[in-house]
Amino acid sequence: MSVENSHQEDSANQLIVSSSPHILSNDSTQKIMWTVVAALMPAVIFAVYYFGVPAFRTLLAGSLSALIFEALVQKIRKKRVTVSDGSALLCGLLLAMCLPPAVPLFVPIIGSFIAIVIAKHSMGGLGQNIFNPAHIGRAALMVSWPVAMTTWTKMPSVIDTVTSATPLNILKQQGYEALIQTFGSQSDMYTALFLGFRNGSIGETSVLLLVIGGIILIYKRYIDWVAPVFMIGTVGILTWAFGGSNGLFSGDPLFHMMAGGLVIGAFFMITDYVTTPITRKGKIIFAVGAGAITVLIRLLGGYPEGVCYSILLMNCVTPLIDRFIQPAQYGRK
Amino acid sequence: MLSKVKWGVHPDTRKTATEGKPIESNALPERVVIPVRQHLGAPCEPVVKKGDVVKKGQRIAAANAPLASHIHASLSGTVIEVADKPHPGLGQCPAIVIENDGQDAWEEGLLSERSWEKLSKEELLELIKNAGIVGLGGATFPVHIKLLPPKDSPIDTLIINAAECEPFLTADHRTMLEHSELVVTGVLIIQKVLSVKNVYIGIEDNKPDAVKVMQEACQGTGVQVRPIPTRYPHGAEKMIIKTLAQREVPSGKLPMSVGVVVQNVGTAMAIGNAVKYGIPLIERIVTVSGGAVKEPKNLRLRIGTSFQDAIAQCGGFSFQPDKILMGGPFMGVAQYTLEVPVIKGTNGILLLGKKELNSDLESACIRCGRCIEACPMGLNPSMLSILGERGMIDEAKNDYQLLDCMECGCCSFVCPAKRKIVQYVRYSKKLAAEKGGK
Repeated sequence: MSVENSHQEDSANQLIVSSSPHILSNDSTQKIMWTVVAALMPAVIFAVYYFGVPAFRTLLAGSLSALIFEALVQKIRKKRVTVSDGSALLCGLLLAMCLPPAVPLFVPIIGSFIAIVIAKHSMGGLGQNIFNPAHIGRAALMVSWPVAMTTWTKMPSVIDTVTSATPLNILKQQGYEALIQTFGSQSDMYTALFLGFRNGSIGETSVLLLVIGGIILIYKRYIDWVAPVFMIGTVGILTWAFGGSNGLFSGDPLFHMMAGGLVIGAFFMITDYVTTPITRKGKIIFAVGAGAITVLIRLLGGYPEGVCYSILLMNCVTPLIDRFIQPAQYGRK
Repeated sequence: MLSKVKWGVHPDTRKTATEGKPIESNALPERVVIPVRQHLGAPCEPVVKKGDVVKKGQRIAAANAPLASHIHASLSGTVIEVADKPHPGLGQCPAIVIENDGQDAWEEGLLSERSWEKLSKEELLELIKNAGIVGLGGATFPVHIKLLPPKDSPIDTLIINAAECEPFLTADHRTMLEHSELVVTGVLIIQKVLSVKNVYIGIEDNKPDAVKVMQEACQGTGVQVRPIPTRYPHGAEKMIIKTLAQREVPSGKLPMSVGVVVQNVGTAMAIGNAVKYGIPLIERIVTVSGGAVKEPKNLRLRIGTSFQDAIAQCGGFSFQPDKILMGGPFMGVAQYTLEVPVIKGTNGILLLGKKELNSDLESACIRCGRCIEACPMGLNPSMLSILGERGMIDEAKNDYQLLDCMECGCCSFVCPAKRKIVQYVRYSKKLAAEKGGK
């Protein structure tokens, strides 16, 4: 028997002697990430149907370049290449979903670079980043190419036949009456927002499909329902109270809850494990804070939309929240 | 009403392989290896030497330290060796090796049936001490010490732990089904020694047959049999106390500080045997199970029987196991050889294949928070693992209550990144101990 063979026989009889516990659950990081990607698919497919080829191209460029950057950085950092865990794909996909459908191709690619290389890996890689990488990417693109980032695909409209602004833009620049007129009536506006027939970033369109994806994740217990409910609820209450022109409680909460990036932000961004608090109480604080800052920006700020910045601002205080909100401990009352 | 249980995990219990199988007593082994340390505390000192002839039940190692428990011969035969041998919990430990003479003869004057009701507390405690009884749930704390709490800790509640929350294990389950009377006798003896009024037997509700049998056996005794939710680690002392007595043991304190003593159901039976019949602790019920065992069984095994012999009684391997454990899959100890003997704390021998282990390469914590939801102690295992990884022991100890962790393993079980959280905790605790009580 050769030496090699006898060695193989030895290893066949080897026992693993490691620390307990000795059985592990079936879940894995990979399974979670790919499930979140799958939960985004209804909204993604609808966006491609609604916005056409440009949206598809943007989504593809964002996702693929994120995967490539992840692999490259991990090679350079001499780490195990883990593109198959789905986290880079998810990051690139979410970034692309926050972009206007017809941006020039370099925009999603540079965005992915910023998200993966700067926001994620310069902080230490998976699990280490303070800020939501997709939102860092979007924020950087927003200040670097403001025109490209605010040029929207033209949307058929009742009055002008076409308009090139998002509903939140119209609200900011022309007021609530003009916004209603764009859609025809208030109920038409709600229907358009709910189903997704409106202008906006690729992933901001269909409330219905995003919520379906979110509910799948809640049902699978991958995300906690408190985060989306408290963020959207906060936006609803605050815009109802302060969003109207006829004094307190004259705002349109339904519009604000469905407009812009709130739904995708509440279900898919503030449920990102890495950049949000780890306890349920912490998640609630985060969600209320992000909702409140969103409303501040929408009602008083210079930008029509504030979800991205509000989440980034709350990311800053996540470590602080986690430091002070600890789980209820046994035997320490 | 029982409070709702939010902590812990609910894995596949895998108990169906053995829960319906009666306890088997098979041929005795040719030799037994009996370590001098089978309890929590100081090792015993051997009182026999090579060449001595011993009888079953004879004391062969004496507990001379305050925290220790006598050790008895589990076979009659000849002492052929007193030397370091593999130990299932300690790596190596001095052990007394007895070769079976095939007589299985009792030490004279040992067996005597007593009516325990007439004995005083002190006499009962002495009988328990002489029988070498330790906690058989796995912690192996000497029972005669646990039953003698200091005067400033008045005890009002006795909990008999029959949760058996670890997957695979059914030894306690079978003990209750087959020896309910002896168990109840043991429970009543403990009750008398502690002079307590409230006595609960806590059984996880996945064992309705055991609940029924115990309820019948306890009729008229005042002992209350309580089904508790099936959830790992409900058999942990602190958890079963919280559920049945609605009390939390303060951090760093023992259950007696809240007036509770917990004893395992197998221990109760051993006490019944010792007091009523004079039988010292020389055998125990062991579940042999796991995917790699041909015929999973519940066995009555003499202390010192090798794992090899125990597994042979179950038809051997169905395939070459990747891991062999003493105890359950959550808190059991992985073995490096089948030479290790069954000791007083061995409630199970598990042979597991790679598929059952489901282990994978560890990756970075993604802060999903599942470990926090699962932790029965309300700790932050995510932070403990990260601090352990970075050697930040003081912070782990002072800000994240490192020392409160009981290493139940729920966190590692649920972790999607397959982080070895419990291992980081053990490592940190060791470093903290080396640094001293800062």
